[in-house]
Amino acid sequence: MHEVRLHGRGGQGAVLASAILAAALVEEGRHVMAIPAFGFERRGAPVVAFLRLSDTEIRRVTNIYAPDIVVVIDPTVARAVDVYAGMPMGGTLVMATSKHADELVLPPHLGKVAVCNAIHIAMDIFKRQITNTIMLGAFAKATGLVSVASLEHALAETDFRDAGLRQNIEAVRRGYEETTVVTLGKEQAA
Amino acid sequence: MSKTIVCDGNEAAAWGACLSRPDMVAVYPITPQSSLVEYLAKFIAEGKMDADLMDVEGEHSVLSVLHGACLAGARTYSATSAQGLAYMFEPYFRTPGLRLPMVVSLVTRDAVSPTCVWGGQQDAMTVKEVGWIHMYCETQQEICDTIPIAYKVAEHPDVMLPVNVNHDGNYLSYGVARVELPDQAVVDAFLGEKDVNWHACLDPERPMAVDPLTGGAGGVGPATFVRYRKGICAGMQSALSIIEEAHADWGRRTGRYWSPLIEEYRMEDAETALVTIGSMTGAAKDAVDEARLDGHRIGLVKIKTFRPFPIQRIAKALSKVKAVGVVDRAVNFGWNSGPVFQEVLGALYHLPQRIPAMSFIGGLAGADITVEHFASAIDRTLRLAAGEMATAPVWLNEND
Repeated sequence: MHEVRLHGRGGQGAVLASAILAAALVEEGRHVMAIPAFGFERRGAPVVAFLRLSDTEIRRVTNIYAPDIVVVIDPTVARAVDVYAGMPMGGTLVMATSKHADELVLPPHLGKVAVCNAIHIAMDIFKRQITNTIMLGAFAKATGLVSVASLEHALAETDFRDAGLRQNIEAVRRGYEETTVVTLGKEQAA
Repeated sequence: MSKTIVCDGNEAAAWGACLSRPDMVAVYPITPQSSLVEYLAKFIAEGKMDADLMDVEGEHSVLSVLHGACLAGARTYSATSAQGLAYMFEPYFRTPGLRLPMVVSLVTRDAVSPTCVWGGQQDAMTVKEVGWIHMYCETQQEICDTIPIAYKVAEHPDVMLPVNVNHDGNYLSYGVARVELPDQAVVDAFLGEKDVNWHACLDPERPMAVDPLTGGAGGVGPATFVRYRKGICAGMQSALSIIEEAHADWGRRTGRYWSPLIEEYRMEDAETALVTIGSMTGAAKDAVDEARLDGHRIGLVKIKTFRPFPIQRIAKALSKVKAVGVVDRAVNFGWNSGPVFQEVLGALYHLPQRIPAMSFIGGLAGADITVEHFASAIDRTLRLAAGEMATAPVWLNEND
């Protein structure tokens, strides 16, 4: 079982991204449980969403406290909350940032870091800083846990409030293509 | 053909309602129910659902409008939570007395004050003595499947009572998982020909009075009132077997056999047991498995049907254990315990021996009941079995 925590800000679609990812994973035959963390809904406030995926049935309907994968879809939210909280040795960080991986100040126990200049891509495609579907492409590249094709299929089943399907498919593809993955060498604990 | 979708519990409930073909829904939005009624409106706008939607000014009107529709023979549906249920209470109380076979989802939420908008079962537990049937769901799939089952139970001539299908606010209402949508033809065959309210149709061709003035201390008043009250009790008791039959029938048609009254998990050789209700149960099962690996013979009883309370089934399931820990997501202020705890005590009284039990309260106002919380509850219940009595409830999130 993998436990994923997504960090974003209200209005960026972190919760919607977790639902799209859940649909894509089910398409590939996985079991999923995606739960948004609860807060008062307001634009700009830090938002967290949780997602478990497994090849076997997932029974617990609980939040996630030790995510082996953390996806940060907003470059500034790491200044407001501890995005690394609870991550085990060898965890994977997927980060929206304009920096290179070696420019980031990271905790010592990460196994892998993936960076994607998602704001730049978002301004190209959406003319706005909406990074959620871009970072799903980055997640696919960094983890190999879901295919771009399945993500595209899940996008086709999604109602988008702010943009069209074609733009979001481009977002996932560019997110995947323009993500750099760096292995840091820390092995995941058995 | 059934169809696989990935959706949250509110959408699963909306699909369950849609597949049951209600004639009328009336809605007023409230967190955490709001997206459920938005899905209903969307289904109707898209032509997926052929129902009249009444967008009224508050929950009192929601249920009052549906009373009229149901008395005229319509199949009806709505959903609410917490303060919405409070505002609905006046017609809510009338519904079972009028023997209206309605289905209303309670997207359970804790009750103010202090202010909170998050999940907890205080709302549903507060209305447990009104005469509605209450069923609690564990998963998104169970929500979708239980709503058609609820109509089958409610409209059965031996029941004729309203049903609340309850799902936990937040964890289930917004939690996303895989759901198999049954084929419409399967649900149609399951529900059969629509004959919602055969006993009291508002029909100009067949005028009749409903809701007579009864009671008092003379004439036919007292006996009439007793007859009404006993009728609700009789319908409730009939419901026990009809709920089982409806779940079995659903299982034969869909392949999904949900435990209708209670589910017993690893109880065959259990020496201690947890009792759970709703979406907390999955984490509790994981904790039971871990305790079993440590050599503890512990099992779990999940309550699905809370009203009518399956007294005999619960007593039988717990008859061989040395101690019981009951986990509630609400508070019984009068007993300094959880409400389900007190119900389980009542069931245990039907056994010849005295089985010690203790109350755990967790998950209030959106708090999480984790596998670790259940591990601590199991540990404390094992100590209860060893003789360490408890005089006060354990508040699982007190130190979170």
